[in-house]
Amino acid sequence: MATPKSDWIRHAYPKSADRLQAYTTVSGMEVDPMYTPDDLGAWSYDARLGDPGAYPYTRGAYPSMYRGKLWTMRQFAGFGTAEDTNERFKFLLAQGQTGLSTAFDMPTLMGYDADHPRALGEVGREGVAVSSLHDMEALFDDIPLETVTTSMTVNCTASVLLAMYFAVAQRRGLSLHQLGGTIQNDMLKEFIAQKEWISPPQPSVRVIVDMIDFCARHAPRWHAVSISGYHIREAGSTAAQELAFTLADGIGYVQAAVERGLDVDAFGPRLSFFFNLHNDFFEEIAKLRAARRMWAQIMRERFGAKNPRAWLLRTHAQTAGCSLTAQQPVNNVVRVAIQALAGVLGGTQSLHTNSMDETLALPSEPAVLVALRTQQIIAEETGVANIVDPLGGSYAVEALTDRLEREALAYIQRIDELGGIIRAIELGYPQKEIAEAAYRYQQELDRGDKIMVGVNKYQLDEEPPIEILRLNPQVERQQAQRVRARKQARDAAAVQVALAQVRQAAAEGTNLMPPIIDAVQHECTVGEISDIFRAVFGVYRDPAWI
Amino acid sequence: MPERRLRILVAKPGLDGHDRGAKIIARALRDAGFEVIYTGLHQTPEMIAEAAMQEDVDAIGLSILSGAHLTLFPAVIELLEQKGIGDVPVFGGGIVPAEDTAELKRRGVKALFTPGATTQEIVDWVRTNITPRTA
Repeated sequence: MATPKSDWIRHAYPKSADRLQAYTTVSGMEVDPMYTPDDLGAWSYDARLGDPGAYPYTRGAYPSMYRGKLWTMRQFAGFGTAEDTNERFKFLLAQGQTGLSTAFDMPTLMGYDADHPRALGEVGREGVAVSSLHDMEALFDDIPLETVTTSMTVNCTASVLLAMYFAVAQRRGLSLHQLGGTIQNDMLKEFIAQKEWISPPQPSVRVIVDMIDFCARHAPRWHAVSISGYHIREAGSTAAQELAFTLADGIGYVQAAVERGLDVDAFGPRLSFFFNLHNDFFEEIAKLRAARRMWAQIMRERFGAKNPRAWLLRTHAQTAGCSLTAQQPVNNVVRVAIQALAGVLGGTQSLHTNSMDETLALPSEPAVLVALRTQQIIAEETGVANIVDPLGGSYAVEALTDRLEREALAYIQRIDELGGIIRAIELGYPQKEIAEAAYRYQQELDRGDKIMVGVNKYQLDEEPPIEILRLNPQVERQQAQRVRARKQARDAAAVQVALAQVRQAAAEGTNLMPPIIDAVQHECTVGEISDIFRAVFGVYRDPAWI
Repeated sequence: MPERRLRILVAKPGLDGHDRGAKIIARALRDAGFEVIYTGLHQTPEMIAEAAMQEDVDAIGLSILSGAHLTLFPAVIELLEQKGIGDVPVFGGGIVPAEDTAELKRRGVKALFTPGATTQEIVDWVRTNITPRTA
């Protein structure tokens, strides 16, 4: 039966005048010329939206949202030595950011100390080098851990880095109850997308559940996992895949924790999420709204959670690194501003805005300042923070929210049919979906069907070089020396005892956090504890599918 | 007699786990008719040089986004020479600032494809510049 909308499209919309062959989001999802009440079907405010701060949280996590409290401005930072990064942390805090976010270098992330052969060329390059407690103390020197919240982006060595953070706090006489923050600690998305791993999925998830359990009991303000879609999207997925695989990972962790005997109402509230903010404005807003609605339903219906705070999806968001261009980098400021705006209109709790020079290097100080100011301008000057979920009720946004939810649910169902997310990962299902989407997008770019301004349209023949962050070439040597010096200075016998206790807990299945905290207090290193994981849990190898 | 298909090794040296580009290029080269061996992630320079020898490849493409390019490209090239296959051309891409391109070319990297390069450009370059090493 023809609806007024389908009539309009057929008879009133001038299709022959369309300037493009197709109108698709960056994910390839086709959008209609217009949306009307016809698109919402049997839609009800109470069932589909609810009020902000109430199930299913489509309109936002809290009733007052940014009128009550702005999103946390949390710029990801880290390079060189702990002292270098400590300085950048202080700069960003002084410039008005409201939370810390730590980037570690590849050796730290992959479980190698700075003096290990595999660390060659990599120390301090993608983030800050941390091998021991000494580095962690320097990293947070003169930063009040009881008042600042800190996020740490680390995954297969998350237990070690979190233990170090806790150990630093303990050395300062703080209780773990006083600490707020997040550790990314999301291994499922590593196998799917970011690909930083030591051991296979099963033991990796076991460690994560240990950390969820430990934090629920001893560090109740701490988020033990940041269930992430950002990296899935950066690897080339569509928005629907990002949404689906992230929530599927979340389901995997909740399932594992419940199977361990943990109470979903107790640990549920301290799960957190992390989504990408890509170019397509409405698709991203819809994605965040769909995510909240879907997670609320999953927690309440699938897992039987009774605590409304366990139904609530709270998220950090970062503007899309993969959307930035090396050509005409100042244009990236514009991209980031629009992406950040989508994050705010989508209701993020925390936000990182990329720097314009990040296609070339880690953020320089002037570039990261612009990125932070972008958030501050959105917050203070645009008025978008003054109305909760201002796009709620838009036919287009509600239609897109519904559509992304439907598409994501289909992927989640497929994953359920395969036997859950761990099985799906072993089969390569999400990895292959992502590779397919990435290849398709590249072909669209190469054909000119998708435009990147400055790259395949509006290019410049010549561009002046810009100043980028250069790493001090002495960092690697200095850091390796520091690691060796600390190894000499520490109590070798106590180290052996502590490592043996970690190994025992790993082998016996008791909670790894207490022995790891003890081990780092005795200056056991990231590499040494990772070697125990390698020995006890095994080493995962990239299946290398093309 | 028809020329045999070129064998290209696509490799990810170092700890960098960003493989979106490497996989796209591996697939594009395969779709263009080349034989592609993809090493997967976390390869040491030794592993890459060894694979190049074992697989008797005609060229090696390295993808590095971690900033370690000035260490890893030369390390691979030196190992190829040590193994007696220093004539295998090495090309690559990833995140390489313009000022490092000159240095890498000086150290023997034949071409660098940085953000914005199309897969067709890379396929064309391989077709034009790479020849079979053994008949």
